[in-house]
Amino acid sequence: MTDALLTGANASTEVPLKRRLRRAERTRQVKALALVLPLLVFLLFTFAGPIAGMLWRAVDDREVRQALPQTVAALASWDGKDLPNEAAYAALASDIQVARASGTIAIAAKRLNYALNGFRTILTSTARNLKAVPEPGTAKETLGKINPAWRERTTWTTIRDAGGPVTGFYLLAALDLTRNVDGAIIAAPPDQAIYRDVFGRTFLISLGVTALCLILGFPVAYLLATLPPGRSNLLMIFVLLPFWTSLLVRTCAWIVLLQSKGVVNDSLHWLGIIDEPLRLIYNRFGVCVAMTHVLLPFMILPLYSSMKAISPAYMRAAASLGAPPLTAFLRIYLPQTLPGIGAGSLLVFILALGYYITPALVGGAADQMISYFIALYTTETANWGLASALGAVLLLATILLALVYGKLVQGQQVTGGMKN
Amino acid sequence: MVTPALVRFSGIQKSYDGEHLVVKNLDLDIRKGEFITLLGPSGSGKTTTLMMLAGFEVPTQGEIYLAERPIKNMPPHKRDIGMVFQNYALFPHLTIEENVAFPLSVRKVSKAETQARVKAALRMIKMEALAQRRPGQLSGGQQQRVALARALVFNPQLVLMDEPLGALDKRLREQMQLEIKQLHETMGITVVYVTHDQSEALTMSDRIAVFNDGIVQQIDRPDALYEHPVNSFVANFVGENNVIAGTVETIEKDYCRVALAAGGSVMARAVNVSGAGASTSLSVRPERIAIIPDGASGDGPNRLPAKVQNTIYLGDHALAVLEVAGNAEFMVKLQPGAHDNLRHGDNVVISFRPEDCLALDPV
Repeated sequence: MTDALLTGANASTEVPLKRRLRRAERTRQVKALALVLPLLVFLLFTFAGPIAGMLWRAVDDREVRQALPQTVAALASWDGKDLPNEAAYAALASDIQVARASGTIAIAAKRLNYALNGFRTILTSTARNLKAVPEPGTAKETLGKINPAWRERTTWTTIRDAGGPVTGFYLLAALDLTRNVDGAIIAAPPDQAIYRDVFGRTFLISLGVTALCLILGFPVAYLLATLPPGRSNLLMIFVLLPFWTSLLVRTCAWIVLLQSKGVVNDSLHWLGIIDEPLRLIYNRFGVCVAMTHVLLPFMILPLYSSMKAISPAYMRAAASLGAPPLTAFLRIYLPQTLPGIGAGSLLVFILALGYYITPALVGGAADQMISYFIALYTTETANWGLASALGAVLLLATILLALVYGKLVQGQQVTGGMKN
Repeated sequence: MVTPALVRFSGIQKSYDGEHLVVKNLDLDIRKGEFITLLGPSGSGKTTTLMMLAGFEVPTQGEIYLAERPIKNMPPHKRDIGMVFQNYALFPHLTIEENVAFPLSVRKVSKAETQARVKAALRMIKMEALAQRRPGQLSGGQQQRVALARALVFNPQLVLMDEPLGALDKRLREQMQLEIKQLHETMGITVVYVTHDQSEALTMSDRIAVFNDGIVQQIDRPDALYEHPVNSFVANFVGENNVIAGTVETIEKDYCRVALAAGGSVMARAVNVSGAGASTSLSVRPERIAIIPDGASGDGPNRLPAKVQNTIYLGDHALAVLEVAGNAEFMVKLQPGAHDNLRHGDNVVISFRPEDCLALDPV
């Protein structure tokens, strides 16, 4: 009896407190949410939406299904071991007739041509030569006569694999993979296998640019953090100056400087150091120089903010405890700048991964990064599936890197001991 | 008994801007094993002096000797001087144990010995249980103890402390004062301590050097500094003090008669007066003054009429604020229970012995 009363009293005092707390907090939470709501909505439409769309396009595959619905349906029950039966041929002939009239045949032809080079010709020539729907039972013979490709299994597996509605074809292509006749994943033929190379090049250039930015930016950030305020403000203006100039202008300035009749080559020639102009641009060197220049502030600023937080008392303490300057730097100063190094490097690396304008302008054919190909497929050839797949692979790699960085930072989180 | 000086400042001057001297001609000997405090208001040059000794500032002129060797141009890390900073300066990315081991590891002390000495140092400050924490997880007092252990663990010949207790609250500060004093006594180390808190200096020091305006005003034991200040600055800076302005009338041996600006005259010890006719500031400590009840008989050389302004109750004692000879903040320490009898506006008479009244330089 007493127990019941006691627990009852406990419950009745505890639950209302929690509820009261929630109620008291709710107004504040609603207010906070209302403040960020415009940005959330904006981001939903400009960021989350497009990215979701891109990811969907990387696997979306409905063009063939829409143009050749009967064929796709007929091939669904095909075992793929032999040529399909007469019904599939009849369905294809009927589909071609309809698709030619509605104009969707070109879209299907383009899609099938990605998977099998020359498919466009097969389909368009068949459509052109197929005067009427063949008599029942003669579709196989008629189509085979118009184009011998219809007697080959590959032609039919291509249609079946492109039947959608979703496909791994573009994602596989982005990784230089493809499916063979039997549906197994194999390496793409050498003439199509370029993306791994491009991804590798993209990562290599980005890594090099990040390393250059770190080497060049660290002393500048140190200077910024240790100079007296007046001079450090002036220096900060020089660091930020590039932000006030258009990216295009800065990149073009490098073309002026580095071209074979440019300022650098002319000066070196005039000084008698070189006889022939050096090749400084439209190669890897030019790309790295120009990108490092553009991205340097993104390294300096996080480094600066992490260094600014390090009290000079630490270095003094290290010296008073007997550490020579280099030891004090390596064991006391450098470890405390690691969060800044990490943040700056990640920022520069991720920005470099997506760089387009600079490599496109100052790079050679062998220096084009993944963004160039994404832009090419989006604007030139309208192969949105492959463009999206390349983008998705890049996005995935970037997210993985960010996660790894997050884990690393979390592993050595430090809380400052200084109160000032 | 003459102990050789461990540190000798010889004709040290320091200027930061080439126009003003922050330290003007400093000569100071620090003996081995003593606890010396550099006391002074901010900007008096005491911290600059400490930084020159640590090696973070270079004297503009003069030489500093550490154990007879000139060290003016020796970099800080070679001086073998431990230092405790105002904000502790514990390395935030290292654990407490690693912080304390740092001075040993840069000296390439063997692993086993490092471990033993760090353990002993942490036991000394009673923080063995927190060895694996990081500085950010400790309270201010704990951080200061670790900073102490780190500065002592490599047995430096000298330990410098730059206002180490400034960031702590009063109670903790008093506790740490005793702990530091105890460490000094048990380990026999030489400590140079900088503070602007005179009570801290009085509590801890063997000797105190009072700095003002770049000059050492007086170096003495705490009691001597309090009882026998050489000038008005020291008298006012160290302990509570009452000041009355006056003019010297006559000087006889150690004593002089001083005419007060507000009328009347008193006898005072002539400590820092140039001669008859010179103006002077009289210094009397609050606890050396008696309030004579109204109408009480008796006569003495130093009796002055006073008007009660206020009484302040402070628990262990009470203060009466009086108006005496034009000074409206004249403090008198009262006996327990005595403050009940005084009311605002009461006229009383105060009295003090001539030997408790010092005639010093005019303020």
